[in-house]
Amino acid sequence: MTDLPTSTEKKLGLVIDLDTCVGCHACVISCKGWNTENYGAPLSDQRPYGEEPMGTFLNRVHSYEVKAEGQVAQTVHFPKSCLHCENAPCVTVCPTGASYKRQEDGIVLVNESSCIGCGLCAWACPYGARELDQAEGVMKKCTLCVDRIYNENLPEVDREPACVRTCPAGARHFGDFADPESHVSKLTAERGGMDLMPELGTAPVNKYLPPRVKDSWDDESVLAPFLEPVAQEPKGFMSWLDKQLSRLPGDVKEMEGAE
Amino acid sequence: MHPAASVIVFTTLSGAGLGMLAWLGFDSTPSTGWGAFGYYFIAFALAVGGLISSTFHLGHPERAMKAFTQWRTSWLSREGVCAVLALSIMGLYAAGLIFLGEAYAILGWIGAILSLGTVYTTSMIYGQLATIPRWNTPFTSLLYLTFAIAGGALLTGKVTIALVLLVAAAFVQVIWWKKGDTAFADRGSNLGTATGLGDRGAVRSLAHPHTSPNYLMREFIHIVGRKHAQKLRVISLVLMAGVPVVLLALFPVSHFIALLAVLSHLAGVATSRWLFFAEAEHTVGIYYGMR
Repeated sequence: MTDLPTSTEKKLGLVIDLDTCVGCHACVISCKGWNTENYGAPLSDQRPYGEEPMGTFLNRVHSYEVKAEGQVAQTVHFPKSCLHCENAPCVTVCPTGASYKRQEDGIVLVNESSCIGCGLCAWACPYGARELDQAEGVMKKCTLCVDRIYNENLPEVDREPACVRTCPAGARHFGDFADPESHVSKLTAERGGMDLMPELGTAPVNKYLPPRVKDSWDDESVLAPFLEPVAQEPKGFMSWLDKQLSRLPGDVKEMEGAE
Repeated sequence: MHPAASVIVFTTLSGAGLGMLAWLGFDSTPSTGWGAFGYYFIAFALAVGGLISSTFHLGHPERAMKAFTQWRTSWLSREGVCAVLALSIMGLYAAGLIFLGEAYAILGWIGAILSLGTVYTTSMIYGQLATIPRWNTPFTSLLYLTFAIAGGALLTGKVTIALVLLVAAAFVQVIWWKKGDTAFADRGSNLGTATGLGDRGAVRSLAHPHTSPNYLMREFIHIVGRKHAQKLRVISLVLMAGVPVVLLALFPVSHFIALLAVLSHLAGVATSRWLFFAEAEHTVGIYYGMR
């Protein structure tokens, strides 16, 4: 049945650090690479070398500009994949029971052999986390790399989602949000982890860490008092040479003064 | 939302067919024999034809039987269950009228209620979606039910009732449009809440994830058709209610006039349904800086 579990033992999910993400799209590629040849149907491409190429992706990186009044504009790269919502609207709308949220760890999955490809779950998801594969006619979504995180054939270091494992900036973190002592829970608490579109009541598990406040052009660096002055008065022969040269016309200072 | 032809055809024809079945089921003086056959043939052709067309957009129609299992949570599943029950029971009732000349009124009543129930479940598939604020209102169910009942009255030849209901349907339609036009803004979702960055300043989309459109953009962002939305609204109202009302009120009722009125009505409903999808804005569009 597509009832949601009343609670889950674990709440596995991701923390995505918008301060650290450099927008390299490595997570997009590693996600597609892993998931096209593992869990379920491959992630197909349409016209990959033609006009308007199109394909199924479980993770996509947007880029936004944030501009406050009187401040310089800031670019924020924004990776987006399934948020494994506690109150997942995509699960309850499924007519066949193909979509489900796991009681043991909270991962939202699609049983592709039951999926009729009606697309209603994609309509119900506010975030655009589900994509109907155009070749297979079944719904594809992030599995949180369920076939990696419990996979004892992989070295322990690789037992995390492909996107997290590959991120060169360390902007993605994987863990259990039900455990308040976990790495992801602490990060969320320390950095003010945010929900996306909280007004829709989906209760996403994945959290986004906001960019840290940047300094402005007018601020003096906190390190300034510790720095030696760069420009020093010349001594000895250089001091004599400086004085003699200053007497000659054509100096920058003199030209500025003449203007 | 992308206005898929299969879904427009389905909701238009099935709505009219199920509305017709409701009137036939509630009829206290039903016709029997060949007269009944004519009505039921048209009603079943519309309802079943529409339901079959709705399977055309499925990725795996061969697994459609599984869609009857999740009625506890899924309005789409409830629609399937309701439709099969309504058509089966109305089929039995119709068989009684046509072959035995007997009206088993209780079957007619149950079948009629289930027929309207099917229209309601269809409307709830759309009305339940918080992601599409324009649809996410009880008025969506009112719209679908009024259209079905008005169309059913027209198709079963209840001229006086049809005149009243067509005008009522036009009113509901106008109210639904008016409410819908502000629904997205009223919900308060924007790029600020979608990214969580809204309290830091104005957020705008700099670059999409990929250079060409993807499934999400094709399915959820449909801007082209909205250009003529206002004109199409007027056309829809004129065809759905205006022309049929004028024809029925001014001309003596004949099969030819009735056929013209029905065709005009169905074309008007189809236009309304096209707008229903084309004008609907999904929250996914926000992430692309589009609607």
